[in-house]
Amino acid sequence: MNAPMSSPLRRLLTPRLRRVDLAVAALLAVLGFAAVVQVRSTQEGGPLAAARQEDLVQILDELSNRNDRLRAEVSALNQARAELGAGGDRTAALAEARRRTQLLGVLAGTVPATGPGLLLTITDPEERIGPEVLLDALEELRAAGAEAVQLEGPVDLSVEPSQAAAGAQVRVVASTALVEGEEGGVVVDGVALFPPYRFVVVGDSSTLASAVGIPGGVVDNVEQRGGSALVEQQGEVRVGALRVLKAPRYARPAPQPGD
Amino acid sequence: MIPAFGLVLGVVLGLVLEPTVPAALQPYLPIAVVAALDAVFGAVRAQLEGIFDDRVFVVSFVSNVLVAALVVFLGDQLGVGGQLSTGVVVVLGIRIFSNAAAIRRRLFHA
Repeated sequence: MNAPMSSPLRRLLTPRLRRVDLAVAALLAVLGFAAVVQVRSTQEGGPLAAARQEDLVQILDELSNRNDRLRAEVSALNQARAELGAGGDRTAALAEARRRTQLLGVLAGTVPATGPGLLLTITDPEERIGPEVLLDALEELRAAGAEAVQLEGPVDLSVEPSQAAAGAQVRVVASTALVEGEEGGVVVDGVALFPPYRFVVVGDSSTLASAVGIPGGVVDNVEQRGGSALVEQQGEVRVGALRVLKAPRYARPAPQPGD
Repeated sequence: MIPAFGLVLGVVLGLVLEPTVPAALQPYLPIAVVAALDAVFGAVRAQLEGIFDDRVFVVSFVSNVLVAALVVFLGDQLGVGGQLSTGVVVVLGIRIFSNAAAIRRRLFHA
């Protein structure tokens, strides 16, 4: 211990073998060991491993609080979902939408229609009844409140109208066009119809019947051309012909003020 | 040199054995390590000043570690363990810094 003070560094680095040196070395070994162990455990366990008990308790408290809040949120959302799923408003809205679809389908000709109405059967033995006569009849029927119309031909006149298996059937809608056929008859929306023709009309049957029967009306017109027009009022007629709806290429629904 | 070998041996042992810290020792080990570091820095300073004594180092090392652990233990019992360990680390850190400054002055004369 009486070494010169001029070279303390050398003394530090010079090997000396004494028992106390070994004790110092052992202590330093313990220090290195403990430091490495502590560093490893801190790295392995993440931040929680080094945290103290109080801190852990606090963290646990916060976590359980957060858990409770999230649980409450989950139950509230579940309740909202159940209400939305079983809500009366939603069901009613859906039923209303279905009903409107059906009504519009009748107008557009995409669903069959049935109801009171009449059958207007037109024969044309002299082949003088062209599309203009049928168009007149159609306009007359529409003006009298026809709600669903189908045009058939040729009709087998030998059987009852209710059982008649007509030749061709065309649902008459807003865009329906009637033109003269090349081989006689009438072409309705691309379907060739031949006499005798029959209109199947759903509407107020008495109004419809009086509309076609007025003097100078459809019946007179047909009889002037050598044909016959037979009007049969029915308690229930069925308009079964359908047409496929084409999606409009250019027209889009415009926003309405009420929407 | 032998103390340096001891340090290296301890580090290697720790790396090789990969022991886990017992739960009972977990709060005390980091404080004990810091306290031991304080003793080591004091020993290096004393060595440089030529007043190093092995016996003093051994006693100061052990007592530093024990006192630090005891303080933290008392703090845990009193419910202020976190604050007390912070205080111990701050005090030991200040001592380590002052020892390191003395060592620096001795070695680099600056």
